[in-house]
Amino acid sequence: MMVDILAQVERLTRRYGEIRAVDEVSFTLLRGQVLGLLGPNGAGKSTTMRMLAGVLAPDAGRIIIHGADLLDQPVQAKRALGYLPEQPPLYREMTVDEQLHYSACLHGLSRTASRQAVACIKERCGLTDVSRRLIGHLSKGYQQRVGIAQAVLHDPAVVVLDEPTVGLDPLQSREIRGLIRELGQDRSVILSSHRLSEVQALCTHVQIMRSGRLVYASPLADLEQQQPSTRLRIGLKTPPPLVRLTQLPGVEGVEELGEGCFRLHHAAAAAPHQALVEQASAENWGLWELTPEQVSLEQIFVELILEPEAVE
Amino acid sequence: MITVIAARELRSLFLSPLAWTLLAVVQGLLAWMFLLLVDDFRELQGRLASLDNAPGVTDLVAAPLFRVAAWVLLLLVPLLTMRLFSEERRTRTLDLLLSAPVAMSEIVLGKYLGVLAFLLMTVALITLMPLSLALGATLDAGKLLAGILGLSLLAAAAAAAGVYLSTLTTQPAVAAIATMGLLLALWMVDAASTIPGTAGDLFGYLSLRRHYDAFLLGLFDSADLAYYLLFGMAFLGLAIRRLDDLRLRD
Repeated sequence: MMVDILAQVERLTRRYGEIRAVDEVSFTLLRGQVLGLLGPNGAGKSTTMRMLAGVLAPDAGRIIIHGADLLDQPVQAKRALGYLPEQPPLYREMTVDEQLHYSACLHGLSRTASRQAVACIKERCGLTDVSRRLIGHLSKGYQQRVGIAQAVLHDPAVVVLDEPTVGLDPLQSREIRGLIRELGQDRSVILSSHRLSEVQALCTHVQIMRSGRLVYASPLADLEQQQPSTRLRIGLKTPPPLVRLTQLPGVEGVEELGEGCFRLHHAAAAAPHQALVEQASAENWGLWELTPEQVSLEQIFVELILEPEAVE
Repeated sequence: MITVIAARELRSLFLSPLAWTLLAVVQGLLAWMFLLLVDDFRELQGRLASLDNAPGVTDLVAAPLFRVAAWVLLLLVPLLTMRLFSEERRTRTLDLLLSAPVAMSEIVLGKYLGVLAFLLMTVALITLMPLSLALGATLDAGKLLAGILGLSLLAAAAAAAGVYLSTLTTQPAVAAIATMGLLLALWMVDAASTIPGTAGDLFGYLSLRRHYDAFLLGLFDSADLAYYLLFGMAFLGLAIRRLDDLRLRD
């Protein structure tokens, strides 16, 4: 299979005065990848995305979009780019149709091509009912949808979405997630989000940024394989003394979570499930919960962001 | 691409009440002025008949009307150009243009041409007034055309200055006031041309008014044409530079 690099970022740096908003960030995005960019507020996610979209010039580094250098051949590179900023760039005095047609023409689509593209994207983003309404009169959720429609309308190879599902209700975000997943199949998508579950459900790759640096990058599939469950959450009606739990075979540590709940840490090879269930029924501990805990993105996120010393 | 941007700009002008109000006010004021001028001319007509080489209706009605129109346009242009970039920066819609496969020069020229189209429409509407005199009098076509050209060039130059100044701030009102100040200063700098020596000549040359007056007299000098074209191109060039610079700054 031919590996198709759609976006390449090399040592991207951007300073605001003394602050390094983005510090030597490098990554590569292949066709078919959906990259989730995570990080606390002010970590440099939006700045990275603005530079990727050509809206902001980097202080140093190189960005190559679909084979064209964004700084040397901006027009060519931007042709392969769809961008939704934090605040969707919409003209309040225009109708949804006018806005989408304008954007299509700006991206070099002909009149007929733009008409088709607009009709198609309105259908997919659920905008057909509001196509004649003024954008200024639409709710935040609809405006967000128009913004997304505008970003992917001209069928770009690289789609950059800054918090695409913000302001959408759960049903709408599910539809948009479906759209993004579909886009990701034959394109590259890079998105930022504050919802970790969303990134976990949607992305093939994840990167975490902290104060301008990339501190974690991994395919999501690896996340689940590399780190098999080593934690067990249990709930007991009449818990025995803590020592009894520690003595179970394979258990390396016990955390008391309160209200009869405990978290058992165990070796990956020796899961204590069987022994635990047997002992619990023999000694009448009243076992009511037994859940293996996956290492979730949230744990990694919290560990990386809250305990920076541990990483460095 | 330029026409796409220009067409949107023109459309959005007409979607707002601003453009309609400006057109109405300009037409109202100038129509009143026109009426007064025609009235004056009617009174003078008897006396003019006895003069040799007397000034005609073009000199006595069209030229003064265009002189007032220039003043009104200088006040109107800043209000039209103020939103061009400042509002787009404030509402962050500029991101759409910056991330689209469009060169900076195309963005600036597109917006400029949108406003210019509106201004030329205004000039056309103003011209209809002296043209209506053709129903009952003979107009000096050459002088009238020179006047129209002068007014159009003045408007085009002023709009270029407005485009540049609106890239400097995110507040339309600030852009409007700055543009108005600049244009009026360049109009009035003519007064300083009485200073003897090169300084006086320089001020005279810089003045928007000096070059405009030549057109109203029916004189078509390529130096005047060059002045307005250079003026406009300089400001548009500055606007393009500034827009490029903004990507480094914010």
